[in-house]
Amino acid sequence: MASLLVAICYLNQLGEIKPMSTAVKSMAVLGAAAAAVSAYGTEEAHAQEQEKCYGISLAGENDCAAGPGTTCAGTSTVDYQGNAWTFVPAGTCGDIELPGDRMGSLEELARDLPG
Amino acid sequence: MPDQTTFADALLDADHPVPEGLSDAFGHKAGKRFDIYRNNVAVSLTQALETGFPVIRKLVGDEFFKAMAGVFLRAHPPEDPRLQLYGRRFPGFLAGFKPVRHLPYLADVAKLELGLRQSYHAADVVRLSVTGLTPEAVLVLKPILAPASLVIRSRFPIYDIWRVNTKADAPKPGTDPQDVLITRPEFDPGPHLLPLGGVDMARHLKGRMTLSEAMAPALALNPKADISALLSVFISTGALTLDRTDP
Amino acid sequence: MLDVTPRTDLPNAVGIGYKAQHFTDVMNAPGAVSWLEIHAENYMGDGGRPIAQLKALAERFPISVHGVGLSIGGEGPLDREHLSRLSHLCGWLNPASFSEHLAWSTHEIGFLNDLLPLPYTEATVARVSDHIDQVQDAVGRRMLLENPSTYLAFDETTMEEVEFLSEIATRTGCGLLLDVNNVFVSANNQGWDARAYIDAFPLHHVGEIHLGGHDEDEDEHGRPVLIDSHGREVVDPVWELYRYTITQSGPRPTLIEWDTDVPPFAELEAEAARAAAILSPVEA
Repeated sequence: MASLLVAICYLNQLGEIKPMSTAVKSMAVLGAAAAAVSAYGTEEAHAQEQEKCYGISLAGENDCAAGPGTTCAGTSTVDYQGNAWTFVPAGTCGDIELPGDRMGSLEELARDLPG
Repeated sequence: MPDQTTFADALLDADHPVPEGLSDAFGHKAGKRFDIYRNNVAVSLTQALETGFPVIRKLVGDEFFKAMAGVFLRAHPPEDPRLQLYGRRFPGFLAGFKPVRHLPYLADVAKLELGLRQSYHAADVVRLSVTGLTPEAVLVLKPILAPASLVIRSRFPIYDIWRVNTKADAPKPGTDPQDVLITRPEFDPGPHLLPLGGVDMARHLKGRMTLSEAMAPALALNPKADISALLSVFISTGALTLDRTDP
Repeated sequence: MLDVTPRTDLPNAVGIGYKAQHFTDVMNAPGAVSWLEIHAENYMGDGGRPIAQLKALAERFPISVHGVGLSIGGEGPLDREHLSRLSHLCGWLNPASFSEHLAWSTHEIGFLNDLLPLPYTEATVARVSDHIDQVQDAVGRRMLLENPSTYLAFDETTMEEVEFLSEIATRTGCGLLLDVNNVFVSANNQGWDARAYIDAFPLHHVGEIHLGGHDEDEDEHGRPVLIDSHGREVVDPVWELYRYTITQSGPRPTLIEWDTDVPPFAELEAEAARAAAILSPVEA
């Protein structure tokens, strides 16, 4: 609300606006810019508060450790082309509704996969 | 005598016999000793994908993700040693992986997750600040998207799907398509919903057009676009820079 | 005559493998930790937090760059792009040390993300030496080559591992990184005597020592197999082997590695303090 008021005041002070050559020419654009300036033209306090370097990394770190030894699933073969693929998505995908009438539910799997 | 091709082929395919010429050092042909290396490769790359694509993992469940990662890593081992970039081909893989054909949004959600990682490691630049500028001065700036800013177009509500799987109490995803703008104001990237026309406007932010000029094609293609929302998202999220030095 | 030229600019003190979650602890109260080692590949992005952290750390600590993906033992040519990324990192950071592994990890199909083993033959000596020459030329500094943990043996091997490493150090002028835990692990897995390995090792080439934790498993013949997991404390026999080593070599920069199930900083610092207690009394 405050930013809208500021934008209106700004336009009143400007009085006359020079047309911009190939740009979108309208009071609305200038109004939008005024709104953006008034909303985001102050020092960005939220960004300054971040401690500069602290924070853990986002995934994918290299290291030189060896894995889990002789007993694990790294040695199983997974053939998804044939009949060996027996896994069914069992996460939160069942909660997602797709555009149209297709639901991301588990019943779809049975319908989509060749028998 | 196994060459590295034979060794690598057997590493990635447990149906391959253990290469000849390898032993356990105590007089037996290497069996489980070779499996240690097989496990190291498969498990470490699976973990890299798990940490890189946590939302995909949540969407399909842990067991399914692990099995799918096993297929992916054998088809597409990392192209170079930087694990932080591993998974560039994962969205394309998901788009063609038959067991998830009924979940067509996965590829775009994976693009979003990959984008967050790419943004995390992108070059640092001074972000465009509008502090002290008049609205007119802002409109004639010719900014570009910062290296850490990425745009993802989607036919699916990927922003909502990402949010509901990462934030507590996020609303249930709708069904409308959502485009996403990833930005990294300081060191932590985050996705933002890109309003109508945003993708088209971003396409014209190459440093040749002013902000107001870049809005024109966006508005022409999307007559219902909200210019205030467009300017606001690009300025408020720190998506833009005037710094064109190549890192 | 012994060559006593120092192989690195690291202090003869204890460092740890740096983990991003320990940034604040390391900067505020490093305790027994005198220097840090980073995995080169994690700092090859264009910017962001990893690079910012590294710059801040490098102002406070000597940094050792430890590559894990160069595939120096690969049959194919070295990855020129990766070499140039390494060179770039070492260029701006100017680390106190640069090291890599005696292993291969990249083949035509891609990067396999493991330190894969090599047969110890004349042909392998020639190939690895050639690659090390290229690395030292590209990075513009002497590198340290690390002895691996191995889980199997090659029938074609004609040389002892120590003889193999010595030959490479002589041919290329590179230094050696002696991972004492790897010696312990490989000795168990290969049926070697760990102390005899240390006795034979060209200790004057050693520029750095690694210590880390391992896991114990078993093969199909019921024989214990040790796995270089870096996921727990250094075990007592490895501490003993470390003491034995530096008593002979003199003090060396010593690193605690902990890469999986990474503990709170205090636990890692306690391991560093334990190493420092063994290292400090040793005279040069």
